[in-house]
Amino acid sequence: MSGADGLLLDIRDLTVELRSPGGLIQPVDKVTFSLDRGKTLAVVGESGSGKSMLCRAILGLVPSRGSIVFNGHEAGRLSAGVMNRIRGRDIGVVLQNPLSSLNPVMTIARQIMEPMRCHLKLSKRESREKTLNLLGAVGIPQPHERMACYPHQLSGGMRQRVAIAIALACDPQLLIADEPTTALDVTVQAEILGLLSRLQRERNMALILVSHDLGVVAGVADDIAVMYAGRIVELGPTGALFARMRMRYTRALFDAIPRIDEPLQRRLPDIPGQPPDFSALPVGCRFAPRCASAGEICHREYPPLTADNADRHLFACWFPCAGTEVGR
Amino acid sequence: MSGNGQKYLLQVENLIVEFPSAQGGRVHAVSGVSFDIKAGETLGLVGESGCGKSSLARAIMQIPPPNSGRVLLDGVELTSRHNRELREVRGSFQMVFQDPLAALNPVKTVGESVELPLRATGLDKKIDVRKVAYEAFAGVGLAPEQYFDRKPAQLSGGQCQRVCIARALISRPKLLLCDEPVSSLDVSVQAQIINLLHDLKQLRGLSLLFISHDLAVVKNISDRVAVMYLGRLCEVAPCTGFFLAPAHPYSSALIAAVPRPDPRQPGGISSLLGSELPSTITPPSGCRFRTRCPHAQPLCAEVQPELLEISPDHLVACHFPLHEEGRC
Repeated sequence: MSGADGLLLDIRDLTVELRSPGGLIQPVDKVTFSLDRGKTLAVVGESGSGKSMLCRAILGLVPSRGSIVFNGHEAGRLSAGVMNRIRGRDIGVVLQNPLSSLNPVMTIARQIMEPMRCHLKLSKRESREKTLNLLGAVGIPQPHERMACYPHQLSGGMRQRVAIAIALACDPQLLIADEPTTALDVTVQAEILGLLSRLQRERNMALILVSHDLGVVAGVADDIAVMYAGRIVELGPTGALFARMRMRYTRALFDAIPRIDEPLQRRLPDIPGQPPDFSALPVGCRFAPRCASAGEICHREYPPLTADNADRHLFACWFPCAGTEVGR
Repeated sequence: MSGNGQKYLLQVENLIVEFPSAQGGRVHAVSGVSFDIKAGETLGLVGESGCGKSSLARAIMQIPPPNSGRVLLDGVELTSRHNRELREVRGSFQMVFQDPLAALNPVKTVGESVELPLRATGLDKKIDVRKVAYEAFAGVGLAPEQYFDRKPAQLSGGQCQRVCIARALISRPKLLLCDEPVSSLDVSVQAQIINLLHDLKQLRGLSLLFISHDLAVVKNISDRVAVMYLGRLCEVAPCTGFFLAPAHPYSSALIAAVPRPDPRQPGGISSLLGSELPSTITPPSGCRFRTRCPHAQPLCAEVQPELLEISPDHLVACHFPLHEEGRC
């Protein structure tokens, strides 16, 4: 369990139940997956599919049912104090908007030092030194001068680098990055994704990368989990999933991406409608009301998450795509 | 009225926008930009955050007017008009903003927001505003009976953007400026909005200035592309030629940074030196891109490259454009 390539995170039947004006809702519904050390799992889906809620549940920030085994420990049995020590030390988090996740009235150096001082009990000098190294590692030029900066003095890309430095301050074993590049430019996005991959390799750190864009995760993820209305609807190794998308929602999500390697002015196959409201979920397959291939059974029974053979490529669809090669 | 006033719908000549900076000095947001848009044409404007795209769009809209330079719509000069005169022609050029929720009045119903342009121009005394607004709702794919009386917070991001488009189109403009209209939307909703713009273009013969940092989106919707860097245009070219053989090193870097939804060729490569735009208060001498350009020579620091035609309709501002020999 402590081996270099062993299992780091094992999640079984994770369910989050919340009270809402429309009654009890389950934004995360029986989610099961596992993640090895040093590997990347991408969680992909539209807004409101439960991706961020899943991250919060893993961090123990919302009450959940089911089991989360992190590093061999069942998170549900840990005390609040122990969870506090895991959060920020063993699990780092990077959120979408760095301007709202950073403290506007604290210098970036103090914000990066804070987790080291609090979790690792480092002295001021030690943590300062480590902060300097971290700023260099995340690609901030002239780290000496930048340490005294406040977040508003930095560009969006630089702020996100600071947020990554904070998340990495205590050498976490798992980094959860919730849409880390959505608020950024294409060029900066490329740099941040490259940076995350590099840091991950160097530190043998596992990464959960949340995104709404299959294009963003294609180059960095080992495995991809596609979420829809709180459930995982397709899960598999990136190569296998892109080679044969089985669940029709995954395929629709893929087809909707405008591509730079496609002919000009193509009409994009969009997905009609929007994801369902959690307080009024359809019976049967939750994607069925928006699916062109839905049959009678789809509106009656939820399809099980299964694989064709014994492989790791799971999908939940009564009428899966034939599995033609995606792309060119 | 100039001689070729009929050929072009929008002519922008040597536009300069500067602001006083909080730290002293002046921000050179737009430094001498000239381009034109033909009737029915879509020009995609790309560049990173902070390059002056939005300042340029606002200067065209006269909110506020530019420091110098001319903007002609249908041969009529906008820059020299006073507020009241401007109001008379405002209906013919309208704008859609990036954050649809912020662009709508939160305490008004979206129906009232859509009606407002008609009331502001005094048309409410001549026509049935409610009827026209209902038609505008239907025109952007929103059922008026269902959505007209809702507040913005009761709609999704994509629906809010549809409302913004309806509001911009209700005065029957010839030119629509779209400032990052899909950047804050999910991939699936983004495809819906792009398709809607395609349809509206065809139906109404609209001309579009489509601003985005995502080249894949720009490629899908534009006839021509203009690339902006630090207040200046680097390259203006028809879509076909631009994506086949970008001539400016910055254009080529932008194209390489676009992630592709294909794990075998993921793209998303960052090839720029340094990740930050230089200061717009003290921009680099000569070519403004030289500090991040992998091909910069001493000449680039001394002489500012002019925007020159290297093949029909393909303009580049670079001393050492790429692939010169391979161009036909």
